[in-house]
Amino acid sequence: MTVGKKLLIIILIKLFILFFILRLFFFPDFLKSKFSNDKDRGDYVRDQLIQRK
Amino acid sequence: MIPNMDPGIVDWSRAQFALTAIYHWLFVPLTLGLSFLVAIMETIYVKTGDPEWKRITKFWMTLFGINFAIGIATGIILEFEFGTNWSNYSWFVGDIFGTPLAIEGIMAFFLESTFIAVMFFGWNKVSKKFHLASSWLTAIGANLSALWILVANSWMQYPVGMKFNPETARNEMQNFWDVLFSPVAVHKFLHTISSGYVTAAIFILGISAWFLLKKRETEMARKSILVAAIFGLITSLFLAITGDGSGYTIAQTQPMKLAAMEGLYQGQKANGLVLFGIPQPGKKAGDGKKDFILKVEIPGLLSFMGYRNVDAFVPGVEDILYGGYKPEFWNVPPAEKEMALPVSEKITRGKLAITAFIDFKNAKKAGDEVAAAKADSTMKANFAYFGYGYLHSPEEAVPNVALTFYSFRTMVVFGFYFILLFIIVLYFHLKNQLQDKRWLQYIMLWTIPVVYLAGQAGWIVAEIGRQPWVIQDLLPTRAAVSMIETTSVQITFWLFAVLFTALLIAELMIMTRQIKLGPKDGGTK
Repeated sequence: MTVGKKLLIIILIKLFILFFILRLFFFPDFLKSKFSNDKDRGDYVRDQLIQRK
Repeated sequence: MIPNMDPGIVDWSRAQFALTAIYHWLFVPLTLGLSFLVAIMETIYVKTGDPEWKRITKFWMTLFGINFAIGIATGIILEFEFGTNWSNYSWFVGDIFGTPLAIEGIMAFFLESTFIAVMFFGWNKVSKKFHLASSWLTAIGANLSALWILVANSWMQYPVGMKFNPETARNEMQNFWDVLFSPVAVHKFLHTISSGYVTAAIFILGISAWFLLKKRETEMARKSILVAAIFGLITSLFLAITGDGSGYTIAQTQPMKLAAMEGLYQGQKANGLVLFGIPQPGKKAGDGKKDFILKVEIPGLLSFMGYRNVDAFVPGVEDILYGGYKPEFWNVPPAEKEMALPVSEKITRGKLAITAFIDFKNAKKAGDEVAAAKADSTMKANFAYFGYGYLHSPEEAVPNVALTFYSFRTMVVFGFYFILLFIIVLYFHLKNQLQDKRWLQYIMLWTIPVVYLAGQAGWIVAEIGRQPWVIQDLLPTRAAVSMIETTSVQITFWLFAVLFTALLIAELMIMTRQIKLGPKDGGTK
């Protein structure tokens, strides 16, 4: 196998793991997954900032 | 710590981010520098028409490609982590972070990925000049990517050009140019890309030295060493100059970080720069112990570097904690124009800002615009200390001094070593004696891991030195993390450790195989 093919396979496997395994199962966007609009996200963060003091 | 917040979430989230960033920074510097070195070698080929230079270019281009392919998208995971582990931070920074990263994706990444295809697969398919232009554009694209992410990081260290909106709890960009051309951003960008250039130069030196040791491809090695040593010498000198610039901006914007870098607890006028020192183990602010067990310093140099005045007062950790000196920094808050406030007072003002933030929320909810305006005014008056409102004691404002001190010295000592190495290599090369100096060839080879260590040390200074802040003075790390289970962060921490280690091993295996094959088979197919 040429080095170019080897690298392409590595890139594809890596991108698959990153976007279809890690992103989907381990790294949901916390605010987007919990709240459906920016107002609710802002309210939540504001409450968090207040509670953390 | 608030109820229901998993203890350990902060430390594990930080550890995960640090692990990801450290691994990412193993791949990036070589991409930044080797892209330019390859473009330079290809330029020599196009100018001279010498097919040996094409062979040399293709060899180093293959190694560049390996590093690029393995390293690509390792930075994406950092963005994932912003959204999952650092949700408060991600929201709080608003479009300050989003804009540079969006520009990075649209402009730099597309530039890089378009022309890299021509670079690798366009040999003999496009004209020499078009191929050469593609190589240069790939290098420029890669470095432009670095610009935008470093602009974002610089804003964390020196937040400018924005206004906090208490209704949305977000910072809103007021002046894009203030963010882009912040002196911290300019120096950080130039210093960071220079470190990449030096890394690549050392890489070529070391691999070429290996060929000399094996008495193989000696002409290729000598030619490569000449280009890399000249490039390395110029960029390592620039690295030192931009390092001085970075030190100056740190003195002006993050005095506690500077104090930690120098292990300085009690500041003074005409403050010296520590050349060599052993900080007192277990030293804490105000404990009366000496700062150092042993210290050798250059008198007045820290004052000059920080304030361009050999007699300037440089505040130490205790000065910053207890106040009482006249600050000579940029953007000193009005309350501190004549005298620095103690951190205890900053904590009080920070709590006032947070209380006003609460009052604003309640007033808005009740529809009381008068009360909301009053709360907004109080918050604005104390916003410069917002982050201090989260600290439980003044001592929390002090980063890990020993780690910052030793990392800074590691970076600087090796930085000057690289300058010396490039000079010595050039000297013997020009005297045509390099091939006989096996001791020097071994040094060149073993400097490869050293340059990576120096680069990592630099980032430790930057990111450990800014603690407890994720945004200097405005948001401590503790307030920035998401309320998620520590277990999930631990799982992904170990996942990354395995994934990145596998990638690193793959890179080392593929890279060493290509190096052993040498330029004959090293051309990009």
